[in-house]
Amino acid sequence: MSSTAAVLSNPRIKRSPGHTATIYLKEAKYEFLKNLRLRMYTASVLSFPLMFYVLFGLVLNSKEAIGGTGVPTYLIATYGTFGVMGASLFGTAAGLASDRGLGWLQVKRASPMPPFAYFAAKVVVSMAFSAIVVLLLIVLGIAFGGVRFPLGEMSKLVSTLVFGSIPFSAMGLAVGYFAGPNSAPPTINLIYLPMSFCSGLWVPFMFLPKVVRQIALALPPYHLSQLALGIVGAGNHESIAGHWEVLTAFTLICLGVARIGFQRDQDKMYG
Amino acid sequence: MMPLLAEKFVGLTTGREEAEGQSGSENMASITTFEQRPFAVSTVAAPTVASLESVTKNYGQIRALRGVDFNVHSGEVVALLGPNGAGKTTAVKLLLGLTQPNSGKVRIFGGDPTNPANRTRTGAMLQVGKVPETLRVREHIDLFSSYYRNPLPLAEVLAAAGLEKISDRKFGDLSGGQRQRVLFALAICGNPDLLFLDEPTVGLDVESRRALWEEIRALVHRGKTVLLTTHYLEEADALADRIAVINQGAIVAAGTPDEIKAKTSGKRIRCSTGLSLAAVRRIPGVAEVHEDRDALEIHTSRAEPVVRELLALDPTLSGLEVTSAGLEEAFLALTQDNNKNESKEN
Repeated sequence: MSSTAAVLSNPRIKRSPGHTATIYLKEAKYEFLKNLRLRMYTASVLSFPLMFYVLFGLVLNSKEAIGGTGVPTYLIATYGTFGVMGASLFGTAAGLASDRGLGWLQVKRASPMPPFAYFAAKVVVSMAFSAIVVLLLIVLGIAFGGVRFPLGEMSKLVSTLVFGSIPFSAMGLAVGYFAGPNSAPPTINLIYLPMSFCSGLWVPFMFLPKVVRQIALALPPYHLSQLALGIVGAGNHESIAGHWEVLTAFTLICLGVARIGFQRDQDKMYG
Repeated sequence: MMPLLAEKFVGLTTGREEAEGQSGSENMASITTFEQRPFAVSTVAAPTVASLESVTKNYGQIRALRGVDFNVHSGEVVALLGPNGAGKTTAVKLLLGLTQPNSGKVRIFGGDPTNPANRTRTGAMLQVGKVPETLRVREHIDLFSSYYRNPLPLAEVLAAAGLEKISDRKFGDLSGGQRQRVLFALAICGNPDLLFLDEPTVGLDVESRRALWEEIRALVHRGKTVLLTTHYLEEADALADRIAVINQGAIVAAGTPDEIKAKTSGKRIRCSTGLSLAAVRRIPGVAEVHEDRDALEIHTSRAEPVVRELLALDPTLSGLEVTSAGLEEAFLALTQDNNKNESKEN
């Protein structure tokens, strides 16, 4: 009844494209600043992959190679995937679960904010932090690990990993819609850490037990890391299209789940 | 006594016609309004900007609102007064289009509250558990201002909410009172016509509360319409033109602050006496008596005649205390009044 009324008398807010763009930009800018100043976020998202890389890629195994690719180069692809995953999952799920569960999202929804701007900001900022992690890894690798890339290869690696943030942002939205404000971070860790291990992000894939290698085929970080490894001449050399297909399907499933959560939230009481 | 029942309060406006701005019917409506409601002076001919029409809202088994009728007219301050869990926040969320009623109609500016265009004309201060803490006060305001077409200048918002000195602080470093002021600033920064303030002063100390009242009054002077919810009678009295008392999802009384106060200004007399309960109950003006440990507790609307009679009947009476009944008792009284009137009608 009221929904028909809404359809009939629901003129969208008339804004100039410039105004709309300003809203999206500000939403993203403040989302970025918010996360940048959040020590919990920067510590776990930036420091862990960088620390692991310095330790295992530069200090310990820098002279060795995996299947013809130098360890410092190989680990940029895998820790890069690990960093992208963390930046995206924490960047979306933790903030969303808290905003949703503790009333902030209601304040935003009661305002004339375009709802899509809120989600777009989270995805874009996750991509931005993903880019930062990957670029820092590359800088470290070039400076201290003797890593040498042709420029084209490097930009392909960065753009693949940054684009690969999207499936994990989608997953973060799904988790954010079903986890509570306090349970979201541990839930993410519960997904993120085992998935990283099983996908060969910590221990190179070929050294994993066979059972784990079979599980990995179903895990999105495996597919993203294989795409990244493929660019630097390592990995299992499977079909590139196949990896993207898995990642796309995974993204759509997660968005579907997030949408169910979104609908469910429309009529839920808080506090 | 003046008729203060919810039904009277409500049946006054033909919200739809007024909202659609048909001036003829609007005038008609305001005439009837005036005749039926002696206290409607300030709202004569003012169009309805927000209304609930026989609205019912359930959350699973919980009946949050049961057939509520409620109007807010342009330019007035209306307080929804009630205890926690009475349905105040639910009413506000329905009017903001954040949730849908199970039955009945909710209207804002004559249209659907989920209409995004209406949201540019409203501002809301809701109860929030956690606001992003790493953003600065001016950054929060900058972002919210960007959503509106004609926002107030930042300096004006900061001044109106008393935030000039702390505009560079991060939200997480603010005190409770300062946080409420930021939420208030976010509600007003878009220069909306209609403001919803859901328990704006909850958890504030007396000083911060009064400061926020001043800020709300300043807004009203600028012609804004305000719907505020509160569980402080004092607050409703200080700010509102009209008060609707809500309890267990139903409006149990409505009227001007003076009328509501008259209904709720009960007194509680406590004393040790040899008189029996029955004897005390026979004293005119005694509403209720019960034993409380070794004393009697008497509820009445006016204490003086009852005390005079008590002292005359029992010269040995001791430990006499007269206190104002708390708001909870007032709600109880209002609810009981409502029930009595209902049973009379049946």
